[in-house]
Amino acid sequence: MSLEPLDSPDADVIPDHTPEELEALLGDLVLARDDHLNAPGFVIRPDTVQETLSILKEQAGYDHLSLVSAQEYENRYESIYHLKKFDDPTQEVSVVVPADKDNPVSQSGEAVFRTADWHEREAYDLVGIEYDDHPDLRRILLPETWQGHPLSLDYDMNQPQIAALPAHVNPIQDHHRDDESDTMFLNIGPHHPATHGVLHLKTVLDGEQVVDVESDIGYLHRCEEQMAQSGTYRHQIMPYPDRWDYISAGLLNEWAYARAAEDLADIEVPEYAQVIRTMGAEMCRIAAHMLALATFALDVNGDFTATFMYAINDRERVQNLLEDLTGQRLMFNYFRLGGVVWDLPEPREEFFSKTRDFLDQLPGNIEEYHNLVTSNEIFQMRTIDTGILPPEVAKNYGATGPVLRGSGVDYDLRRDDPYGYYDELDWDVITEDGCDNYSRLLVRMQEVEESAKIIGQCVDLLEDWPEDERTIQANVPRTLRPDDDTEVYRAVEAAKGELGIYIRSDGTDKPARFKIRSPCFSNLQTLPEMANGEYIPDVIAALGSLDIVLGEVDR
Amino acid sequence: MSSEQQPFITDESRVVTETRDSRMTGQGDRFNSRLREAFGSSPFILTKFDKFLNWCRGSSMFMLQFGIACCSIEMMHTYAVKHDLDRFGSGVPRASPRQADVMIVPGTIVSKFAPRMKRVYDQMPEPKFVVGMGSCTISGGPFQEGYNVIKGAEEVIPMDIHVPGCPPRPEALVYGVVKLQERVANGEAAPVTVKPYELEQFGDLERDELVEALVDQIDEDELVMRYNFADSP
Ligand code: SF4
Repeated sequence: MSLEPLDSPDADVIPDHTPEELEALLGDLVLARDDHLNAPGFVIRPDTVQETLSILKEQAGYDHLSLVSAQEYENRYESIYHLKKFDDPTQEVSVVVPADKDNPVSQSGEAVFRTADWHEREAYDLVGIEYDDHPDLRRILLPETWQGHPLSLDYDMNQPQIAALPAHVNPIQDHHRDDESDTMFLNIGPHHPATHGVLHLKTVLDGEQVVDVESDIGYLHRCEEQMAQSGTYRHQIMPYPDRWDYISAGLLNEWAYARAAEDLADIEVPEYAQVIRTMGAEMCRIAAHMLALATFALDVNGDFTATFMYAINDRERVQNLLEDLTGQRLMFNYFRLGGVVWDLPEPREEFFSKTRDFLDQLPGNIEEYHNLVTSNEIFQMRTIDTGILPPEVAKNYGATGPVLRGSGVDYDLRRDDPYGYYDELDWDVITEDGCDNYSRLLVRMQEVEESAKIIGQCVDLLEDWPEDERTIQANVPRTLRPDDDTEVYRAVEAAKGELGIYIRSDGTDKPARFKIRSPCFSNLQTLPEMANGEYIPDVIAALGSLDIVLGEVDR
Repeated sequence: MSSEQQPFITDESRVVTETRDSRMTGQGDRFNSRLREAFGSSPFILTKFDKFLNWCRGSSMFMLQFGIACCSIEMMHTYAVKHDLDRFGSGVPRASPRQADVMIVPGTIVSKFAPRMKRVYDQMPEPKFVVGMGSCTISGGPFQEGYNVIKGAEEVIPMDIHVPGCPPRPEALVYGVVKLQERVANGEAAPVTVKPYELEQFGDLERDELVEALVDQIDEDELVMRYNFADSP
């Protein structure tokens, strides 16, 4: 683990505040305290959102709006702004904004944090809270013509709906000419090989240059939050996380839910299980980054043969290991609250030696990728200095993961907000300063090597683990009923970035509100910043370097 | 041929006799290929044109490159090394529906995507075949209860083969595709047994409450799909 130097030369470091100091700082803005398990919470009036957020951002250093979660209670609506610091994500604070039941209007936080834009649109779409001063309050996940707000309390799940097919806008009709410009409208997707699934990009082109690009999402909105809210904590929720980020990143996602729910129900995970979790999760990260590399090379080089096949081949190897471990190739369902479902496969020696074989040949393969891809001149021309995302912009949009680290921001929850066994192991957080498409790819490739390091250390540990201390699960009651009205927000470092879960319990065995903070959702939001003014092929490169997965964007 | 060095053979009966004779007496084996042995005494393979075409179709299928959800990851593995669907003559993904014969539907279909999928399907030239991959295309799979999820792809387009699983392993998908090829070669595929949702013009919809609520938002000529989640199987 690399530690921050103690005498940081940063002059304007903002000191940490205790909750009481924060309350004093906010003064009259605070109506009441509503603490969550992870953070102090301050209740404020719905028309003081911008003021509160900007005080917290400017004066207290909470520069990361991680999530906006909205929900409806019997007597009110509520939006919660979960704030963190990029320097130290264990410093958290929640801003709770109740809104009137009959007229749920609340001020938008978009002016302070750009990322609030999409989060609030989603809250409007699914829950029905309206945000004043929002630049563009429309539905985001559901079709424009949808009736009602499906996560509000009185929504009838069976009511009929109509979805329109707005004819793909006719480019000739929209062709706009005047003295300065000559623009054309171009649809990319939702069925398109370069959009990595069902994403729809509405682009306006001036010649070959992009004037504007808008992502239209929601083509894979599978009601993940509703599904989680109708499942019991103990067993019924765990299969779903596998399907958020389905690029084999299942265990990383399961960990997000496990971490939040274990904190909520106060469950200790045995160390042995933590090591297995860490190992499995890093295998998933390798598989996920391999696919990112494969599809990126496909997008940029149009190379369906070499790089793609090589990367898929490496994925097959990891997937074989994961299949040995969990029993499934893709949808693992391997974590349980309080541990994992079963121990390593027998004979253990065989599993270890297979894993070691994989780790041994990985450096050679990575060398090969560097020869094939990163040192390829054409590839470099396409990716270096294209899709620039400056660090401040990335932070403002709440980008995380390789996207943020490719912009030189040193932020990785595995180290900064440790969980699992990461803080006992020796590995580094990778950052690159290029801020371009190339850096993001380099970050991913080096992260694969770091993951391999972690797996190697886990294998060593597991090999020597005394036989009578191999507890794979803590003692967890058959039915979990966390206390009424407990709220928690917890995040882990998934393949694409910070994957967080907000849960509110209501005393039953099912969550009353389950909100997913998807890293891809925030990362995708940065696309216009990277693409506007660039050429159209660079949009494709930028999109590929973001490595989005629509299952997680739309949930 | 005789030794008289005729430039043309004018007597047709002679040719027939000669050919047959030479075959029967074993003088020339020009026509006695393996294939001939398999097909009997005539030098021509007699088959129905339909049958022949079906065989061609089944032996060379162009897939639509079409990814929706989690199942598409396994679908990519099916195309790529190790599983290599190309071994069975059906591994060339086409990015344009106009060039594709088969659509593998790999994932969950939600209300916003269904009209698009219908449209892509309509753009494929006849004859076209559909393989449904995964539980989601059968019934909505794990998301069946979702307010936004279409309960099976068959609600939208006709399907030929269902491959169950969540996700099906690549081997299962290979099996499904090969089964489809078999059916196509036997001329059994694609009876349209369901009445799928149609894209209708909004103006043609029955004037119920929902339609009334949307009249000022949707153009009369706009193509729409109407979902009745309660009545879905
Ligand atoms: S069947 Fe399972 S794996 Fe396939 S798309 Fe549906 S949820 Fe994903």
